[in-house]
Amino acid sequence: MAKNSAKDIEVKAFATHQIITQPNPLRKVLRRVEDKDMDDPIGRAEQALAGLSGEFKHWMTTEVNRLSAAYVAIRNDGFTKERRDELFHAAHDIKGDAVTFGYPAAAGIAESLCRVIEHAPDLEKVPAELFTHHINAILAIVHENTRLDSISVSTELNRRLRKIADDYLAHVNRDRPEHLEVILAPSIAPGE
Amino acid sequence: MFRIDFNKLRFLVCDDNPHMRRILRTLLHSFGAREVYEAEDGATALEMYSHYVPDIVITDWAMPIFDGLELAQMIRQPESKGNPYAPIIMLTGHSEKRRVTVARDAGVTEFLAKPISAKGLYQRILNVVANPRPFIKTKTYFGPDRRRNTNSAYMGPERRVGEKHEVLQQPSLLDKARSSI
Repeated sequence: MAKNSAKDIEVKAFATHQIITQPNPLRKVLRRVEDKDMDDPIGRAEQALAGLSGEFKHWMTTEVNRLSAAYVAIRNDGFTKERRDELFHAAHDIKGDAVTFGYPAAAGIAESLCRVIEHAPDLEKVPAELFTHHINAILAIVHENTRLDSISVSTELNRRLRKIADDYLAHVNRDRPEHLEVILAPSIAPGE
Repeated sequence: MFRIDFNKLRFLVCDDNPHMRRILRTLLHSFGAREVYEAEDGATALEMYSHYVPDIVITDWAMPIFDGLELAQMIRQPESKGNPYAPIIMLTGHSEKRRVTVARDAGVTEFLAKPISAKGLYQRILNVVANPRPFIKTKTYFGPDRRRNTNSAYMGPERRVGEKHEVLQQPSLLDKARSSI
């Protein structure tokens, strides 16, 4: 179903480009239904996701242990590209998953850590406390608090760490305007 | 109202994180999908893409071997024997402007920033199923039309040349009201 045959594809050529159109190969999966016959696939999926929530604490623990191990490797043996990438990916996964798993503040702190790793000009010169405070905060949120407890504390922790990290990044990138622009730019990515 | 028959759609999900794959699989099955194939790296995904010919690809950005961006670029090969037109939804924790632009320029059809939600995923799928965009081929790009809005006043270096009717001018509501008096 996914691919039209070549004869269905229409190509209009212009000076600098071609516009290629074809009948929608997925049109057969769309059905017009009366409002009363419309089911609720989003509600069904949200319910199924809620059904997984019993596993989220365990998943989150796995993710933070990976982050912690990545940093231990760096503390013991220094930064290499592989170790830097592993630390970044571990933090980045937490940034992406933690809200779904019920730990929004951990996601925010992981995002702040990602920004430090991505935008610090020399990771060897980043104060070790900047890494350890971020990682310890995520560990504390996941290991020592239940998910929705202490929201105000973890939110405040998130806010302060982000401020410290951003101040540091603004300082070390003061002569790198392209990084400053990215650091200060708001997200434009579509979420919902 | 339109309903999507998910049971007729074949999905390829590509993410190196097993938790995210499980969540995606759960959401897609709840929507009604039966065929959901999973890959944990770009190379496996490309192999599965050729083998299973999915209708829709959902991929993470950061993955081992080659990433989601490279996967999109490999799928969008106009001369390839496979299907270079499949919709690609990039689901990623990256949310900065330059990342969205880079993904768009690699031929990604829709961008969905994590955290994932059932609503966000459903809307992206509905969009690629119900509103496919034409493909554009230039010297440096092959993929879905990157224009979401037409701007007849745009005179920048990336303006396309040669289209006679790039924008259909419609009378404003005020003009319509005046002419009907």
